Amino acid sequence: MSERRIGVFICQCGGNISDYVDVEKVRTAVGDEPGVVVAKTAMFTCSDATQQEIVKDIQEQNLDGLVVASCSPKLHTFTFREVAKRAGLNPYEYTQVNIREQCSWTHTDDKAGATRKAIRLVRAGIARTKLTTPLQPTVVETVPKALIVGGGIAGLRAAIGMSDIGIAVFLVEKQPEVGGWVAGFGTMYPNAKDGRQLIAHLWGEVQKRPNITIFTNAEVVGKSGSFGNYQATIRINHRPAETIQVKVGSIIVATGFDTYHPAEGEFGYGMDGVVTLPEFKTMLDSSAGPLVYKGKTVRDIAYIYCVGSRQKAEVPDANQYCSRYCCNAAVHASLTVTAKGAKVHQYHLYRDMRTYGKYELLYKESRDEGSLFLKFAADAPPAVARDDQSGRLTVTVADQLTRGEALNIAVDLVVLITGMIPRSNEELVKTLKLPMGKDQFFNEIHPKLRPVETVVDGVYICGACQGPKNSAESVASALAAVTQSAGILKKGFAELEPLVAAVDPDQCAWCGKCQETCPYGAVEKVEVNGHNVASINEAVCKGCGGCVPFCPKEAIDLRGYTDAQVKAMIDGLLREIV
Amino acid sequence: MIAPVQEGQGFGPKILAFSTNNISDPGIDLAGSSHMHYSPSVVVISVPCTSGIKPGWVRYAIERGFDGVFIAADGDECALLSDCSVRTSHIVAEAQELLKEGGYEPQRLKMAAICSVCAEPFTNYMREFSASLAKLGPARKG
Repeated sequence: MSERRIGVFICQCGGNISDYVDVEKVRTAVGDEPGVVVAKTAMFTCSDATQQEIVKDIQEQNLDGLVVASCSPKLHTFTFREVAKRAGLNPYEYTQVNIREQCSWTHTDDKAGATRKAIRLVRAGIARTKLTTPLQPTVVETVPKALIVGGGIAGLRAAIGMSDIGIAVFLVEKQPEVGGWVAGFGTMYPNAKDGRQLIAHLWGEVQKRPNITIFTNAEVVGKSGSFGNYQATIRINHRPAETIQVKVGSIIVATGFDTYHPAEGEFGYGMDGVVTLPEFKTMLDSSAGPLVYKGKTVRDIAYIYCVGSRQKAEVPDANQYCSRYCCNAAVHASLTVTAKGAKVHQYHLYRDMRTYGKYELLYKESRDEGSLFLKFAADAPPAVARDDQSGRLTVTVADQLTRGEALNIAVDLVVLITGMIPRSNEELVKTLKLPMGKDQFFNEIHPKLRPVETVVDGVYICGACQGPKNSAESVASALAAVTQSAGILKKGFAELEPLVAAVDPDQCAWCGKCQETCPYGAVEKVEVNGHNVASINEAVCKGCGGCVPFCPKEAIDLRGYTDAQVKAMIDGLLREIV
Repeated sequence: MIAPVQEGQGFGPKILAFSTNNISDPGIDLAGSSHMHYSPSVVVISVPCTSGIKPGWVRYAIERGFDGVFIAADGDECALLSDCSVRTSHIVAEAQELLKEGGYEPQRLKMAAICSVCAEPFTNYMREFSASLAKLGPARKG
């Protein structure tokens, strides 16, 4: 191996590191490492002044590797990659070493131990950097058009957002009409907006924009190409069905949700007078005056919460998650009942009230208006039966708030507060290779840090297809997806991380194991010098490294995490400290 | 209060934790930013997904001087591979076989799911794992 010229910069982080790690000792210990030509400490390596100093050192000392030992790579990997770039050093010859979150801050009780650990960590970073090679991101040109799947409130809002930024939109809706669930809603919370009017307004805006093309009765059935330049096949289900091809740079999935459908007999479902939340909402939205059910004015209502939500793992196809919007929706529905006049006794039988955020005010209002809230235990759910004599429905519940006393409540209507469930979209999942979580909703990369991106580059998710959301939250995530997507499409090109799998064709004897194990279809069989070997499509590979352990010839390495690099890091971490 | 494990003061097991960039690293970082303590003889190597860990790396680490290897897996949170846990548990089984072949106790390798907010679970795992490795003694005898 040729002698490397590596610069190491150790951050004091204004005391966050240097109070617990003797940074001078670290500098001395790593300054003598073979290949290290610069070793410095700095008060703040991320400050402009130190960045300039690093650039200067890279250029003057002709450095071919950079190590910064500071905070978590989450915070500054890109900062220092940019520093390297500015100095003319390949950004992938840079390694960030975490001596703050994973060292100084967690060993505030042991300065000597923290210092020794920091030396080990920096040595490992140097060892890794020694084995780096210059890498170039895969640059792909992007088509300034987007495909939006789903024409509910999220999809429509996303289409308008994209259009306004100057990106053409193809919107594909499975149903004959756009609008989704919200198009069927009357008054919604928290602003008392009418769902039908909201959708009509959005639809009006869509029609004003000539760069939005809508396909109804249509589905996405094919996707080829890669990020920035996808070719999507849309099947339009006319008589006869036809398929068309569109070229798009990104895809936003906003396919929404379904609602939980109770089994026959579940909390009395199937009996006259036992309805689900969506059924109840329809009744409410279509009645002008006081609520009437089958010709009779409704006087007493029982709401049973958490139907089809937070189920025990033993239940077949259990929905273990909290559906999160339903407490608000139920409380809001009860206020709508009150607003329609006529005195109605309303009993809310809940497990836990989760009217989070400002919706807590709805909960208070509902109590103020006279709704009664009774808490049942998860293992003692309410029972619904019909009283033979009176013919009325009876709900039996043990109220936890009054010492578990069993109460029988006679009502005209039982409303089962059913949660959102993931919509079955098998074909779309297969076509777009959408990752799904344990609960079968679509999975983002990170719920907080990267909430609308999926691991499939250029494919974004928003709205209730990624988990229960109300309409305001759906719209917010739709706009986030627009921003993420448009940021790249407007630039005209995208750079993909080159930290992907790489095959050594001399080692590979093509057994096909790596191809079988890759869910993204990134491995191709190619011929090199008359031999079949594996080859990685770098625009498709996600860089998970999942194929690496499967290779019997050890012919695959994940760039940035190669076999040699990991072993060198292990050695670096173990060397004696003198 | 647990006394810190000091190198040179009795046996403080050296633990290598493999962790992931997206999920378990933030969990381990959170332990640090919450100033939760574990032994400084725990060090972390980050990878994109634990499914990419070669069983040979585990044996290599033990042979070279670590006393235990901990795999902080993503569990169900892994956004890269939906069957990440299954794959990683195969890697663990294979690595434990390699350890046995080399004359090392398979208990020197432990895997657990560490989520992005699993600061306390990670700290507890490190404490428990250190204790169980201390009972086993150093990996490199003599």
